[in-house]
Amino acid sequence: MAKVTFIEHDGLEQVVDIPTGWTLMQGAVQSGVAGIEGECGGSCACATCHCYVDEALVDSLPPPSETEEEMLDCTASERRSNSRLSCQIRVSDALDGMVVRLPEAQS
Amino acid sequence: MVIVGAGQGGLQVAESLRAEGYDGPITLIGEEASAPYHRPPLSKAILAGTMEEAQLAIRGAEFFERQRIALLTGTRVAAIDRSARHVRLEDGRRLEYRGLALATGARVRRLPVAGDELDGVLGLRSLDDARRIRVALDRAARVVVIGGGYIGLEVAAAARKRGLEVTILEAADRLLARSATPFLAAFYADLHRSQGALVELGAKVVALDGQGGRVTAVRTADGRSHPADLVVVGVGIVPDTALAEGCGLACDGGILVDDSARTDDPAIVAVGDCTARRTGTGTPLRLESVQNAVEQGRSAAAALLGRERPFTAAPWFWSDQYDVKLQIVGLSADHDRMVLRGSPEDRRFSAFYFRRDALVAIDSINRPADHMAGRKLLDHKTMITPEQAADESLPLASLMRPGR
Repeated sequence: MAKVTFIEHDGLEQVVDIPTGWTLMQGAVQSGVAGIEGECGGSCACATCHCYVDEALVDSLPPPSETEEEMLDCTASERRSNSRLSCQIRVSDALDGMVVRLPEAQS
Repeated sequence: MVIVGAGQGGLQVAESLRAEGYDGPITLIGEEASAPYHRPPLSKAILAGTMEEAQLAIRGAEFFERQRIALLTGTRVAAIDRSARHVRLEDGRRLEYRGLALATGARVRRLPVAGDELDGVLGLRSLDDARRIRVALDRAARVVVIGGGYIGLEVAAAARKRGLEVTILEAADRLLARSATPFLAAFYADLHRSQGALVELGAKVVALDGQGGRVTAVRTADGRSHPADLVVVGVGIVPDTALAEGCGLACDGGILVDDSARTDDPAIVAVGDCTARRTGTGTPLRLESVQNAVEQGRSAAAALLGRERPFTAAPWFWSDQYDVKLQIVGLSADHDRMVLRGSPEDRRFSAFYFRRDALVAIDSINRPADHMAGRKLLDHKTMITPEQAADESLPLASLMRPGR
């Protein structure tokens, strides 16, 4: 279990408890975090769960797959160095306290 | 507001009503015991065992409380009374409505042959179905999949990944006959064969044989018998229009709706797999996809509140089989020309379909960037030439703004 803080583009913060093994996207969507859509349900097929992960943690995460890389190039909002698709990030205890910022638009 | 059907489309109507500012009561009624859940992983991650059931839920319980959406699970609607504007539940209760959304989904098509009722013959539509197939896969050695559509092929891939013997029986002369081009169908036949599945085309099933009530084999019209301890039937779905027909709404292979998800009754909208969209010309268009359910859900909520939010985006869809991700955008059925970007041998390519020089659809295999760019090209009706489509040195995204 990890406590993850999602900060929407307008500054609204929501803290979500996400079970280990779930993805960031699943935790956010089930709690109704508005800035994450996840229309494809987490199969890396729609790029509507784009997020900016904690700068401090980004390098410790497993790197994006080739598919995620390509999808990240096509996000609705600007891609940054800490851009990830939240459906591709598995939660572990190591992510407890993580802060995730959400882009202005997902589609 | 009352919504009948608690799948992806029904939930979207409820959520969009709130997003549009509707503050009154919303009741979401579903027949299944579970709260709304993601269906696409059923034939993929759930069968593969890489996802827990709890991860399937689209929204958690607190979300429904917070949004004041009353969720009635395990509840069947018996009838709709349009003149009195209420729905009658099977237990006799009545729910009045100001606006009604039908999101009744579809049922698996049964096989019209003897032996369809034997144990070990399963279809895949719901979470319950997926649970049964998963248990059966744990015990099975020989799996026969009847029907070479996306569900059948995804189940076949899951079974092969577990090392089981797999035979795919398709009655047509190619796979994916209803939904994909012959070119893509041939690619998938090769893919499944290369993974060790037996793919039999033109294989018309005439009977299922059993022993002690359990299926043992599938018999085909050519006189052959295909041994099986699990048979998965994936021969399509039938839109669930019973309630709509029962109250006199127009249906034609689905509840007929316009681009704003309106039925013929101004107080009733319909969304998702149960609908068929009226098109300017020709037969109504029925799409079985998450995107269709979600987009129609948004349109439907707006329509219920007297607003216009027609849904005209290009249809898109995806399928995961083995290590191959297919993403489709557009409708290729009436194309007259195809060009390729990338190579089928590498299992990384996009097929671009044109009709009278206009791009109508793109099938992308392991090329998600092409798909994402293609969605924008089609949504904005951007003109591109077959030569541009085939030119690997030209990024598709660069074509989106003319003059750049």
